[in-house]
Amino acid sequence: MKTATTPRGRDAGARSPATAPPPPSGPRKGSGIRPHLPSSPWLFLAPGLLVVTAFGLYPFLSTVTGSFTDARTLAPGRFVGGANYRELIHDAMFWTGLRNSLLYVLGVVPLLVVLPLLLAMLVRRQIPAITFFRAAFYTPVVASVVVVGLIWVWLLDDRGLINALLEGLGFGRVGFLSDPWLLLLSAMAVTVWKGLGYYMIIYLAALAGVPRELHEACAVDGAGAVRRFLTVTVPAVRSTMVLVAALSSVGAFKVFSEVYLMAGPTGGPGGEDTTLVMLVQQVGTGLSGRVGYASALSVVVFVLTLGLMLLVLRAHRTEDR
Amino acid sequence: MSSRTRRRPDRRAGHAHDGRRMPRWQLLLRYLLLLAVLALTIGPFLWQLSTSLKGAGEDLYRYPPSLVPHEVTLGNYSGVARIIPVWDFALNSLKVALANVLTNCAGAALAGYALARMRFRGRRTALVVFLMAMLVPVESIMIAQFVTMRELQLNNTLLGVVLPGCIGAMNVLLMRNAFAGLPYEVEEAAYVDGAHAWQRFLRIALPSVRGTLAVVAIFAFMGAWDDFLWPLIVLSDQSKFTLTIGLNFLHGTFADNQRLVAAGTVIAVLPLIVLFACLQRSFFRGVGEGAVKG
Repeated sequence: MKTATTPRGRDAGARSPATAPPPPSGPRKGSGIRPHLPSSPWLFLAPGLLVVTAFGLYPFLSTVTGSFTDARTLAPGRFVGGANYRELIHDAMFWTGLRNSLLYVLGVVPLLVVLPLLLAMLVRRQIPAITFFRAAFYTPVVASVVVVGLIWVWLLDDRGLINALLEGLGFGRVGFLSDPWLLLLSAMAVTVWKGLGYYMIIYLAALAGVPRELHEACAVDGAGAVRRFLTVTVPAVRSTMVLVAALSSVGAFKVFSEVYLMAGPTGGPGGEDTTLVMLVQQVGTGLSGRVGYASALSVVVFVLTLGLMLLVLRAHRTEDR
Repeated sequence: MSSRTRRRPDRRAGHAHDGRRMPRWQLLLRYLLLLAVLALTIGPFLWQLSTSLKGAGEDLYRYPPSLVPHEVTLGNYSGVARIIPVWDFALNSLKVALANVLTNCAGAALAGYALARMRFRGRRTALVVFLMAMLVPVESIMIAQFVTMRELQLNNTLLGVVLPGCIGAMNVLLMRNAFAGLPYEVEEAAYVDGAHAWQRFLRIALPSVRGTLAVVAIFAFMGAWDDFLWPLIVLSDQSKFTLTIGLNFLHGTFADNQRLVAAGTVIAVLPLIVLFACLQRSFFRGVGEGAVKG
């Protein structure tokens, strides 16, 4: 990824010319930085490698192998070939979950790419009290998704603040949390609300790198604010926009908590609002959890998450040509 | 600030503070927009705080709604503690979060140092292992992790909550980048003076990357304190609940009593808001560093 929101992304090799005349990984045979004891580097690495392997890579492999078995929580299960995947194709809940998770991406990502950029431009100038505003806009990021979810459940309640205001203004009450479609939209709004501050900070770092002269030259040519935004700002932060699109689409596709809290553990009446990750959690946990089938669902989550990320990055690359 | 001083070709001034002078109306408009967004981001929190402070005698649904409680009471906070052991939940969350901070800081610093500063066979392989682990979304392996925890008999324990994320691959890579950014000369001098790897790590390298270490610590704390999905899966016994799981339980069982739910959420969010208010800089730095690798 060529985005460098901060110079930290570069590795040692990239900065060595600036620091030390002899490159650190260069022809310094024998001397230089070398472990005192031969086993020493592995001692440094052992805890990290152990945790990452035991609780990251091993579970991944056992998810893949488990997806071909009929394992349950309390029983190891037998090899059943592709039966889980065949079942998945005929499972209406799977398609509901997939639909909702993909809709979530479509609903959330465009807003999370654009709104935080506008917000970053709003808080960009060093005007009095701006650090306060920046911090305040970031607060929803700091709060737990459970807190955020419950706050909005109360606000969007049939008799909550928003409906009271709507009624006071002469509109009728809206069933934000009772209509399945409205609930999904409300959950998306909550996700966007919670994510704004995070991406705002990313954009703020990117905007700091946009040369002022570009704006001025453009202004001299008589371009208005909107025009300048489209011809100077957007192209300058485009790679950051792709980064934000990639991050937010992966996050949106794996949505769980917002919908779980707003629609309930089973995704509302008839499970209409169930997302893919909610389905994994429902199917795979508990004493009677169908681990094998949940593993197949997990593999689908993994493949689609990775695919989504590659899709976004690829769209960026073809655009470059 | 006068509206006549428009864009002078004084480039130095423009560069130093990122500020051409803004016309007064534009500044005013900017503050109005800022206040509108402020109401949108902070308003919901304030409404929740206000709900938690309203006494039983006050109608929560009255119109027009009132943000300021008529009779402020802390009764809902003792009320929520009567129906769920909310302070025990808070203590559990604190234990989990502090453990997560310690293991992540120590584990990531050690591994990051080895990856950035030591040369040995298999370094590239080790790096690839961390990179691959970072690519696997937690949501796609949580069922297998749950099975593993059952086999280790760690399900329904706080240790089981902490263990899977106790050394994050991303934190290892963050620390690696931080160590790689340090100049070599100082460590070389120490090497010449006979300092061995542990001494160089503890005395020289580690103090120089305090900033990144703080970022790792803060995000480890926040991540563990706010986490919901994994504790939900691994914990089943109420006495082991963390705050987020306890709140979910409270919401499921006492959904009608908005005052109590509001008090619970305030208890859960206040510590982090205080932490954030104190350590803003590291929070923002973390977003920048995490985003590059994330």
